[in-house]
Amino acid sequence: MTAYLIRRLLTVVPVLAVVVTVVFLLIHLIPGDPVSVMLGPDATLAQIQATRQALGLDRPLHEQLFKFYARVVRGDLGQSYFLDRPVVTALLERAEPTLVLTFSALLVAIVIGVPSGIVAAAYQGSLWDRTLMLISLLGVCVPGFWLSLNFIYLFAVRLGWLPAAGYASILADPMAALRYMVLPAVSLGFNQSALIARISRSCMLEALQQDYIRTARAKGVSQRSVMWVHAFRNALVPVITVVGITMAILIGGAVVTEIVFNIPGLGRLIISAVLRRDYPVVQGVILVTATAYVLINLVVDVLYVFIDPRIRYG
Amino acid sequence: MADPGARPTWRRHAARNRNIAIGAAILAVVILAALLAGVISTHDPRRLNPAQRLKAPSAANFLGTDEFGRDVYSLVLHGAQVSLLVGATTMILTSLWGIVIGLIAGYYRRVDMALMRVMDGLMAFPAILLAIALMAARGPGIGNVIFALSVVYTPRTAMLIRSTVLSLRELDYVQAARALGRRDLAIAFRHILPNCVGPLLVQASFIFAYAILAEAILGFLGVGVPPYVPSWGNVIASGKNVIREAFWVSLFPGLALTISGLSLNLLGDGLRDVLDPRLRVQ
Repeated sequence: MTAYLIRRLLTVVPVLAVVVTVVFLLIHLIPGDPVSVMLGPDATLAQIQATRQALGLDRPLHEQLFKFYARVVRGDLGQSYFLDRPVVTALLERAEPTLVLTFSALLVAIVIGVPSGIVAAAYQGSLWDRTLMLISLLGVCVPGFWLSLNFIYLFAVRLGWLPAAGYASILADPMAALRYMVLPAVSLGFNQSALIARISRSCMLEALQQDYIRTARAKGVSQRSVMWVHAFRNALVPVITVVGITMAILIGGAVVTEIVFNIPGLGRLIISAVLRRDYPVVQGVILVTATAYVLINLVVDVLYVFIDPRIRYG
Repeated sequence: MADPGARPTWRRHAARNRNIAIGAAILAVVILAALLAGVISTHDPRRLNPAQRLKAPSAANFLGTDEFGRDVYSLVLHGAQVSLLVGATTMILTSLWGIVIGLIAGYYRRVDMALMRVMDGLMAFPAILLAIALMAARGPGIGNVIFALSVVYTPRTAMLIRSTVLSLRELDYVQAARALGRRDLAIAFRHILPNCVGPLLVQASFIFAYAILAEAILGFLGVGVPPYVPSWGNVIASGKNVIREAFWVSLFPGLALTISGLSLNLLGDGLRDVLDPRLRVQ
């Protein structure tokens, strides 16, 4: 098991190296001279030269890359041009809303998706099954940001049940935080619940066809026990993989949901940074989210070991 | 995987598959609407008409008007052109790049490791965030949206082609071709690529759907095609500002987006069932 864990841990290194390299190269994708683009048309030649030197853009590419690696390893993501503070500080200030939104949406996705998939599998071919699968197909196709707008129109504008936009910190006022978070979490989580439902269903169906299920039934084990103890646990490994993938999609989706609901998280940070050409912030946000994704997948792979002993001893 | 001799069978299955029929029919309507947008739209989608702003759907404006008085029906039709252009071009580019990278990686073990680590690295970014970052660097515009989405989605196709090539290259008929002295390139094109067509078609239809959605998201966030271009994302974004007074501005382009996504997902599911029954969702 230790060998597996070490092997898995080592695979993260080249992926993160590529991630950092891609983030570094972003500045060099800017058409023309990146410094002129960043400083705008009013910049003088002296200013451009000074900024180029300050950013190290006058050095050879490989030297810039090594310096960038060294900075990232030290946790230095540079200085925001507009926010007048280090990028890391800006990221930390905006992380809470994104984290709360992502995890709430994940909870919604699992709570809706897993039971729906299991019910559909347990009653394969029934009206339940067909209805749930039709809803899940629609769920996969409905754009999350558009669903959010429709939710706002229905639940905030027409019915007045929930606030249309805004955010309250979960630490400062948990009840207000909950009210603000319901619509964003449900609209972000709904799409992913559809994916989880489809995968849960097909994994359960596969598990239910195995010989040990027939044996369990022949022994007279109750339907509930067959479903939850025998089939569900074996269907769990692929479902957990999908939950891992879901996290990555949710981090991306959170960016859009934050814009719709005016939530001051990393999504609003990156979009305002794009519009102001504040490249260090853009680089910081995508570096942090990609790293988070890589680490989440690492955790998921480690979790497998505890769920499926075949991996441990394989 | 379909072997070349079985092609007539999968065509027969495809013709009978309900998902493919429905998906293709809806997609045909969307494509037709986009092609005929200039003829069947009732107004110039770029013409601002403040006197007619936020009018509800009526006989004069089938789907109402937006905050600038533009006709939503005409905007949706012209938006289809942008969506389909971005979706189809991204699909073609990711397929081409995916084939090239996947073939090289699957065929030459020495570069395989390096190429796949780069693909892993690119796939480590949440797709939409990488697209946003690339748009930040390149600036708004249809060409840049296509470039950004192609970079984002190519690794998925490349990995698919690579895994198909790896499973095929050890098969007897490929070994036989090699023993007969056929060159790598000839083996790749004559014996391996035709067998990648099935999985590639399935993947391409899903990438078409992702690209249409991603283009709308980028437009909605204000970092995609410029705001004056009538695209579904841009119209939904303008509808967000007036959702209290005029829900129809965001409703109809969103419906068009959902229906297009549905058609491509149905098509992809159907093609997967026909071309690769092992992957079929039960």
